[in-house]
Amino acid sequence: MAVSDTKRSPTRRRQPSNAKSILGLTGPAYLWLIVTILLPLAAMFYFSFLSDVPLPGRDWQVTLSNYAAFFQEDFYRTLMLRSLRLGFEVALWCFLIGFPCAYVLAKTIKGRWREALFLMVIIPFWSNALIRVFSWTMVLRGNGILESLLDWLIPGFGSLRLMFTYEAVVIGLVHSYLPYMILTCYISLSTIDDDLIDAARSMGASRLTVLRRIILPLSMPGIVAGAVLIFVPVIGSFMEPRILGGREGTFLGTVIEDQFTSVFNWPLGAALSFILLACVLIIFAIFQPILRRAS
Amino acid sequence: MKARPTNMLARIYLGLVLAFLYLPILVMAAMSFNSSQFYMLPIDWTFDWYVKLAHNTRLLESTRNSLLVALATTVIASVLGTAASIAFFRYDFRFKKVLQAALFPPIAIPWLITGTAMLLFFFWSGIGRGLHAMILGHVALALPYVIIVVSARIKGFDPDLEAAARSLGANPWQVIRHVTLPYLAPGFIAGALFAFAVSFDQFVISYFLSVPGVSTLPVEIYTAIKKGFTPEINAISTLVIAFSITLLVIVSRFYRFGGDR
Repeated sequence: MAVSDTKRSPTRRRQPSNAKSILGLTGPAYLWLIVTILLPLAAMFYFSFLSDVPLPGRDWQVTLSNYAAFFQEDFYRTLMLRSLRLGFEVALWCFLIGFPCAYVLAKTIKGRWREALFLMVIIPFWSNALIRVFSWTMVLRGNGILESLLDWLIPGFGSLRLMFTYEAVVIGLVHSYLPYMILTCYISLSTIDDDLIDAARSMGASRLTVLRRIILPLSMPGIVAGAVLIFVPVIGSFMEPRILGGREGTFLGTVIEDQFTSVFNWPLGAALSFILLACVLIIFAIFQPILRRAS
Repeated sequence: MKARPTNMLARIYLGLVLAFLYLPILVMAAMSFNSSQFYMLPIDWTFDWYVKLAHNTRLLESTRNSLLVALATTVIASVLGTAASIAFFRYDFRFKKVLQAALFPPIAIPWLITGTAMLLFFFWSGIGRGLHAMILGHVALALPYVIIVVSARIKGFDPDLEAAARSLGANPWQVIRHVTLPYLAPGFIAGALFAFAVSFDQFVISYFLSVPGVSTLPVEIYTAIKKGFTPEINAISTLVIAFSITLLVIVSRFYRFGGDR
């Protein structure tokens, strides 16, 4: 229709009261975000340079000692490396397990089944994370389901001693974030034209060559997006290491939590949180171009 | 479709991944019916833990709090989020890109950081902690999801419908009420349910904003896990996860996760 073609853009930009409407519609939402995200982060930044909580009756001054503590004491540096390693390992496992799964969903399964299976894979991601982690304690504990099963399959198998280890934390986190990787890879993979793969195969490319030269490069935005979006929350995790890691579960996240809930050294906690946030921002900045392509 | 061997392998692999995702939850559910509180096998089936649950006032109280916070979050986030989505669709303005990018931090920054920052700021500014603080925080987390989900629906809206209504003499409010909102209803419902799920399952933010005696269900469950396992926790966890998965299945009827396919 000719009418709709000429009308569309004018209706969007007309009216002198636009500014008022825009402010009225977006204002409340963004005011909310300012109070609950921006101001708290700003306050935390301020706190991280203080020697004590700035409340009446407290003695506090401006200091760099909270940041100095991080850079001078080996404890925090080891902790940071441990958390980064955890994030890297979890993202890697999610890729190794999730990418083939996304490929199967996008290229092998067809029709109604694809929709249903895809939902089954990604729905747990938005369900209760705490309970999903907790459920692993039933599986991993000594004499739990896993050990009983292995003992039944291989009599005299003995004990795995998985509970309260670094590996248990990795298993729980991979379980938590795997659907994310499958989601982002699936979206990338489903944009690859099947004809492209068929063409390469018919010209004599082996399956491995197709994977290496066509599928992996074209799905790279999804893989990177998945990896970044997993890495970031994992380096800030504290509940998963606490439940599954026990004494082995000390990471940057759990130490930050301690500062706020048991040690009550809020300025140090604020400084550590900001160092973590800086890592997150650096990672987003590095991968920004790829992330933008993925979205 | 012919069942080629590679297809078969692919299906087995998918089955294994699904088993990895769901088996722990099923094990936990099975254990909630086990009369042995040390999870001895084989399972001796019982409903005892669910009966005990009905008398656990702390868990019931925190369930009530969770529902209260989730309902308030749902109402506030879906109204504010839908309003913002309408503005993004209707108007082109200078700061649109900035505003859209500002939705990213609540999702992308680890909750540990946002949670501790809120604790610090709310405590210091006199807002305080408790259910009202949790509602403040949960709405911030739910808003971006509501805007994303509602915007996905709104994209297909034909502005000519609004123009037609206006030319027939409807005022701006009538246009929104009788034309825009009815079209948006499915997106609005999906966004609202999503906001409810985000709030009901939220642990980290609630954990930092709770005060002794006033907490939500996930916080209460976490405290119980740290103190030592009780099968009652399996029972309530089983109910919660069944509820939240059902909720998300309903959301998926209104909104396609992962965009258009």
